[in-house]
Amino acid sequence: MNADLKEQVLRISGSDVRKCMRCGKCSATCPSYDEMEYHPHHFVYLVERGDIERLMESESIYKCLTCFACVERCPRGVEPAKVVEAIRVEAVRRQGMNHMKADDIPAKLDDDMPGQALMTAMRKYSK
Amino acid sequence: MQRIGVFVCHCGTNIAGTVDTKAVAEALGREQCVVFATDYTYMCSESGQNLIKDTIKNEKLTGVVVCSCSPRMHETTFRKAAASVGLNPYMVEIANIREQCSWIHKDKVEATEKAIILGRAAIAKVLLNTPLTAGESPVVKRALVIGGGIAGIQTALDIAEAGFEVDIVEKKPTIGGKMTQIDKTFPTLDCAACILTPKMVDCAQNEKIKIYSYSEVDSVSGFVGNFTVKIKRKARFVDETKCTGCGLCTEKCPMKNVPNEFNLGMDNRRAIYIPFAQAVPKVATIDPDHCNMLKNGKCGVCSKVCTAGAIDYKQTDTFVEEKYGAIVVATGFNPIDVSKYGEYAYDQSKDVITSLEFERLTNAAGPTSGTLLRPSDGKHPHTIVFVQCVGSRCTPERGKQYCSKICCMYTAKHAMLTREKYPDTEVYVFYIDVRTPGKNFDEFYRRAVEDYGVHYIKGAVGKVSPQADGTLDVQASDLIMNEQLHIKADLVVLAAAIEPDKSARPLATKLTASMDTNDFFTEAHPKLRPVESPTAGIFLSGVCQGPKDIPETVSQASACAAKVIGLLVKDKLTCNPCVAHSNEMMCNGCSQCANVCPYGAITYVEKEFRMPDRTTKVRRVASVNPAVCQGCGACTVTCPSGAMDLFGFSNNQIMAEVDAICK
Amino acid sequence: MKISYYPGCTLKNKARDLDRYARESAAVLGYEFEEIENWQCCGGAYTSSKDEIATKLPSVRALANGYKSTGRVVTVCSACYNVLAQTNHEFAVNPDFDMRVNNYLAPDFEYHGDGKVIHYLELLRDEIGFDELKKKVVKPLTGKKIAAYYGCLLLRPSTVLKFDDPENPEIMENLIRALGAEPVIYPMRNECCGGYITLEDTAQAQKRSGAVASSAKDMGADFMITACPLCMYNIKKHSGTGLEIKYFTEVLAEALGIENN
Repeated sequence: MNADLKEQVLRISGSDVRKCMRCGKCSATCPSYDEMEYHPHHFVYLVERGDIERLMESESIYKCLTCFACVERCPRGVEPAKVVEAIRVEAVRRQGMNHMKADDIPAKLDDDMPGQALMTAMRKYSK
Repeated sequence: MQRIGVFVCHCGTNIAGTVDTKAVAEALGREQCVVFATDYTYMCSESGQNLIKDTIKNEKLTGVVVCSCSPRMHETTFRKAAASVGLNPYMVEIANIREQCSWIHKDKVEATEKAIILGRAAIAKVLLNTPLTAGESPVVKRALVIGGGIAGIQTALDIAEAGFEVDIVEKKPTIGGKMTQIDKTFPTLDCAACILTPKMVDCAQNEKIKIYSYSEVDSVSGFVGNFTVKIKRKARFVDETKCTGCGLCTEKCPMKNVPNEFNLGMDNRRAIYIPFAQAVPKVATIDPDHCNMLKNGKCGVCSKVCTAGAIDYKQTDTFVEEKYGAIVVATGFNPIDVSKYGEYAYDQSKDVITSLEFERLTNAAGPTSGTLLRPSDGKHPHTIVFVQCVGSRCTPERGKQYCSKICCMYTAKHAMLTREKYPDTEVYVFYIDVRTPGKNFDEFYRRAVEDYGVHYIKGAVGKVSPQADGTLDVQASDLIMNEQLHIKADLVVLAAAIEPDKSARPLATKLTASMDTNDFFTEAHPKLRPVESPTAGIFLSGVCQGPKDIPETVSQASACAAKVIGLLVKDKLTCNPCVAHSNEMMCNGCSQCANVCPYGAITYVEKEFRMPDRTTKVRRVASVNPAVCQGCGACTVTCPSGAMDLFGFSNNQIMAEVDAICK
Repeated sequence: MKISYYPGCTLKNKARDLDRYARESAAVLGYEFEEIENWQCCGGAYTSSKDEIATKLPSVRALANGYKSTGRVVTVCSACYNVLAQTNHEFAVNPDFDMRVNNYLAPDFEYHGDGKVIHYLELLRDEIGFDELKKKVVKPLTGKKIAAYYGCLLLRPSTVLKFDDPENPEIMENLIRALGAEPVIYPMRNECCGGYITLEDTAQAQKRSGAVASSAKDMGADFMITACPLCMYNIKKHSGTGLEIKYFTEVLAEALGIENN
């Protein structure tokens, strides 16, 4: 259990993970559920446990669409999307850990793609 | 010369752990007029009380100070002890060195110093105490029960059984409450109407019980043993004494499209109606919002067909004033409005319903005569999904914080009954927990799973999406298998949270009874006094005090009746002598005190006074009714001339306490 | 009436239509959209991390400029609305953020969240009013069944944006009615199209936008309208349903009789 990392994640997210009553509504409502290895309720549960390394190493943090459905529908106000973001931010801030690099982009573009897509992806996936 | 005795209690380690009680006794022993000071382990014990009694006798004490727990705990105990050896009980003062000192401080030096200061203040006060005599007030031997559901009914029957008169005030046209809308009750699966209606009929036939149906409490004044209540009897436009309940008017009335509240708007009733077949009283009522005659002066069919001549379009609201010794609150509950939880699509599909609506659909007196059919197309549902905890267990911004207590059980009941009646229908319950705390409750839920094959899935529902083909896509978590499920349902039932009836809060104001932030009436003590309000003479019965099921409601209702009987059986109540009184020579008749008195205890009288120049003058002065006055002190603060003062808490005494503390 | 306008980068590029029709329709309705000076890209997504300040500065500059000029900022792109509104809200709830941001921006700017961010749809609903709008419609879209697509950015987090009911919104449906058409309600109208995932995982974008468009199509929609260029792209390119999608400003302009050239 990494106490510093947990403290960081809680501070960056501003979320109170203890509020969670383990109902699973966040994961029930998550559009990326099937694409994720760890689901929103896992993020909240594992952060409370301090077991954060495995979340940082999982692709799941890049599958979150930041659609905030989980934030909107959680009856306890836990805000799982902010927890996922905090962990993603922790990962991406580390050296060499950018999930998307500028060089990768040209290959992914097509003529119709709006600049918004690039901007948002770069903001989410890199530092 | 006053002789004060000081007794400092250890309260085991509750006080002694943080306060040096010996030092406190020593310090206070040096105070002026203190002739005796000691410390002791448990002042409230028999030996502790004997210590006080003996010291009063031996030292000829004129006043006693006990440094101990809150006066709310044992002031009465110590007063009784003093009275038993001839010292006026109002010459006893308590310094609270527990709740106000040892329990909130950690530093022993600080706490001890504070305890000494508190003791000094109490001594300063007791030196100015005057002996007081408690007055008496009579008890009206009649009880009022507000709310005619199972709680109110049970309480009324028990009070009547003890030989006292009881009035039930019920705002609906019939008594019976929510239980009349329930089909079967858990865990016995008794038919609710079958067990309720005999009680309803008992109430109607009992000589000691009077039912004011279609009525509301308009105003309340007075105090325990002597309440005066004004009851508004709403106009039914039907003469209760003539109507036989034959129902002919309800068949002939041409206004057919009034949403039927009894079936939660799922079918219609007429403008003149009897809520259901077993209504008590079985009397028709005209809904003034939908009656053509009352609104537009056209029609009159009901009056024409009524063989008893009971219709009276000219009827008006009437008021009745009655006196009661005790008032019971039994105002009950309602399910919350689930429109707020839009993810469940309640407003977007007729086939997303609440549990109470489901109850109506399965009841023989319901909109479909008891056949479970989809509200949208009347077809049989083959897959039903039950969603738990809708609006319960949330943070305050998102719903009710509490657990509504009855939903796990009634959902198991619904699921089980559905599977029993329609074995071809698949039933899913998405739960967070399954709460089954009562007798035979868990066994009941296990039968639903093991004998009837209800699918219980641990995980919440995220979204209900109405599809083009009329089915509902239910998207939910299966936390055990780590899957997001999509279930194609024909009917979705939401276990909505329950909340107190909306009439509860205005009623609490009328009664000056306290309420929590969820609008549940607060009990005098959550564990030891669950059926009494802190306001003397007000008692609580049923869900108005907190969510509970029928077995608990009936238990509490009988407990409440026992407390009421305990009150009504007395001929006299001792009043609090710490009441306000006005110095007539100083009173200038401004009426400020009467304006602020929450109990209506102050009136003004014209009196003749002898003036310094030998003439007489008639002046208007305040007069306090000591029986009504509760000693709150608001008038003493408001009085601009300082004429108003409080026995036992006089202005001088309070200033003396302040001086002692600031020394 | 002049109102400060924040177009956002995409409206100057791939989503020119969204911008053009917005300005032209606003002009017909009596509003001049005055573009903010020196605005910068909002970044597309609001970073909820409490310790990120730099990524929010472009938004703050836009808000400060708008506040100085006309007291508020109107925007048309869902993403820009979401970022600006959340940034503005942060001033109200986080005094630490207020202090740090102003430290960064001093002495050029001082801003404490007093401005307002509104979406063009809110302007139509709350200031112009849909009844008034209806009167100005010259080419009503009679007989058309239109599905309003909100996506996630306009509605959530609802406690901050307070744009409309997050589960059962009606602002765009009321707009559709004002324009003479029939709105189509479908359950996926407030679910995500996939957003930025389209850049690296086309399959997921197809799945999400496919679910949204199919839902609209099943409920009988002729076409869809949206306020977000990314939603437009995902639905058009990846939904696989062939359902047509337009910007809401385009149908608004059309109904108001503005020529399409």
